[in-house]
Amino acid sequence: MTSDIITSNSVLQVTVKNHAGVLSHICGLFARRAYSIEGIISVPQGDTSIMQVYLLVQENGKLDQVMRQTQKLVDVISVKRRDQDVSLFQSVSAQLADSVATL
Amino acid sequence: MIYSGAEIVVKLLERQGIDRICGIPGGANLPIYHALSHSSIQHILARHEQGAGFIAQGIARVSGKPAVCLASSGPGATNLLTAVADANMDSIPLIAITGQVPSSLIGTDAFQEADTFGLMLPITKHNWIVRSARELLTLIPEAFRLAMSGRPGPVAIDIPKDVQMEKIDIRDWPEPALKTIAPQVSETGNLDRALQMLQNAKRPLFMIGGGVIHSGCHEAVFQLARQQSIPAVATFMGLGVIPGDHDLFLGMLGMHGARYTNMALEECDLLIAAGVRFDDRATGDPERFCPQAQIIHVDIDASELNKIKPAQLSINSDVAPVIQHLLDNAGQRFRPQWLERIAYLKQHFPLHWSGEQDQFHPYALLQSISELAPARNIVVTDVGQHQMWTAQAYPFKYPRQWISSGGLGTMGFGLPTAIGVALSKPEHTVLCISGDGSLLMNLQELDTLAEHRLNVKIIVMNNQHLGLVRQQQTLFYDSRYLGINNQRSVDFASLAQAMGVTGVDLQVSASPMDDLEAALQAPGPALINVPIDPEAMVLPMVPPGASNQEMIIQQSLVQAGGQ
Repeated sequence: MTSDIITSNSVLQVTVKNHAGVLSHICGLFARRAYSIEGIISVPQGDTSIMQVYLLVQENGKLDQVMRQTQKLVDVISVKRRDQDVSLFQSVSAQLADSVATL
Repeated sequence: MIYSGAEIVVKLLERQGIDRICGIPGGANLPIYHALSHSSIQHILARHEQGAGFIAQGIARVSGKPAVCLASSGPGATNLLTAVADANMDSIPLIAITGQVPSSLIGTDAFQEADTFGLMLPITKHNWIVRSARELLTLIPEAFRLAMSGRPGPVAIDIPKDVQMEKIDIRDWPEPALKTIAPQVSETGNLDRALQMLQNAKRPLFMIGGGVIHSGCHEAVFQLARQQSIPAVATFMGLGVIPGDHDLFLGMLGMHGARYTNMALEECDLLIAAGVRFDDRATGDPERFCPQAQIIHVDIDASELNKIKPAQLSINSDVAPVIQHLLDNAGQRFRPQWLERIAYLKQHFPLHWSGEQDQFHPYALLQSISELAPARNIVVTDVGQHQMWTAQAYPFKYPRQWISSGGLGTMGFGLPTAIGVALSKPEHTVLCISGDGSLLMNLQELDTLAEHRLNVKIIVMNNQHLGLVRQQQTLFYDSRYLGINNQRSVDFASLAQAMGVTGVDLQVSASPMDDLEAALQAPGPALINVPIDPEAMVLPMVPPGASNQEMIIQQSLVQAGGQ
């Protein structure tokens, strides 16, 4: 049932320096390039100077250009396409559905 | 030694070789002003922060080096936004420093507080809000490095007042930032392929953009063009790389390109696109741009490659080493048939110019200005018809002689930017070609111009309208005119006099060309009002969205091509 909610099929794994405002930079870029972010999971990694940001997006032919633009952001270390990580979003979605059900 | 954050900022700017700053003081940046008062850095007071931003742009555009503008918090910062967004679109190394309310007050809607960090986010290469004085030691050199490396661009640093006043102990200063080495073309395979494509081409063309000027390789490009007989078109930002009067130069392409220029592009079989981004003003409908050509696209910014137009060969590199490789290995080549065809097109499809007798026809006027002004001149324009006519018809001789707002097309750019250019190049005459609409947008900077007695000659091409809007309403909106400031005009010559700048009105002059020459040659600032026919249009014109072949030549859509 939860897999119905997640309809997008592409995930970008963006590894960033955990500087103030880095999420604003990323979300701002996607907004002004008119590229929809369907879901976002962001967790600090290691000693918290690095953060992993997973973006759930729809592949629509402009993904390559968006990845290049994201790579240009100063605080971005790397951008990788990892469509297999759609499962992360499905899992979070399932947990949220469960917690709502138990209210 | 103990330094305050403000003193650290000023010291780091001095170490970066900054010798002047343009700005306006306010409550939130007074500590920086206090530190500046002890510094050798010259402060230029603008009369609006937008003016400060454009003055700094003028310095950066003509020198190629980063320039600094300074504003206070709140309205000071928001007033800077337009100039920063303009620098972002044209890739200009601008450093914008803003004061901010004390850190403890941020987010409380304090007096003169604005979310400067959030506002600058989308219009800078990168931006910061500083949280401690110590952070400045890494941040300021990093800001300079970013602004001038790779594809240049503006950066913004927001400094809360308490950080400006925080005192810390400094023993060693960081090394000043240098430009990092640009991506160099690493795979020689690509270079060899470029060579081969050039050797196989029968009708090659250069498309020269702003990236060639940033790269500093204009001489090599010109040499390669001559050596290999490659005619060249320039984008708006690439004007000046090839001397305007050279046989191989085809002028500006695109929306207001001459017919022969867009026709030559239709026929070319190899397009060497150097430091360009295939902007819609240059390409028209990109799918129908250069339909017969293979494309070699060289750019320092990887995200521009294959963004608008797929290239058969794309090379992510500074333009200079690629051009050098071709120059060293391509040898000499004559292309008599192609050059004959180019000469034919130039002769039979020139810029349309009826009314040669009228000394106030825009093309005639620009020709006169270029002949009557001192030879060492730099041309800055505002935005509109006058800008397009200048781009089409002024004979530029070298890069950075042409300074104009391209990507953002900001009216009000001209006067303050001309001031910045004049500050940076005091031995030149700066010709600020403006329109009656544009000049009013940053008119207050006439006071700045008068204060510094700079060699700026403002030529107002006065048609008593917002000319380009009027043109578009005539061509595309059934001549329903609204909002074009119809037939209203300020007495600009008197206005200039009132603000301490010599004013000359050619409309009431007995011998206009003599008065024009006198005003251009005399030292010091001057404003020259020139009456222009309100119905004159910038032609040819490619309607927005159309292909470069669908040029409007005389108020009627004509399909170009063939005889």
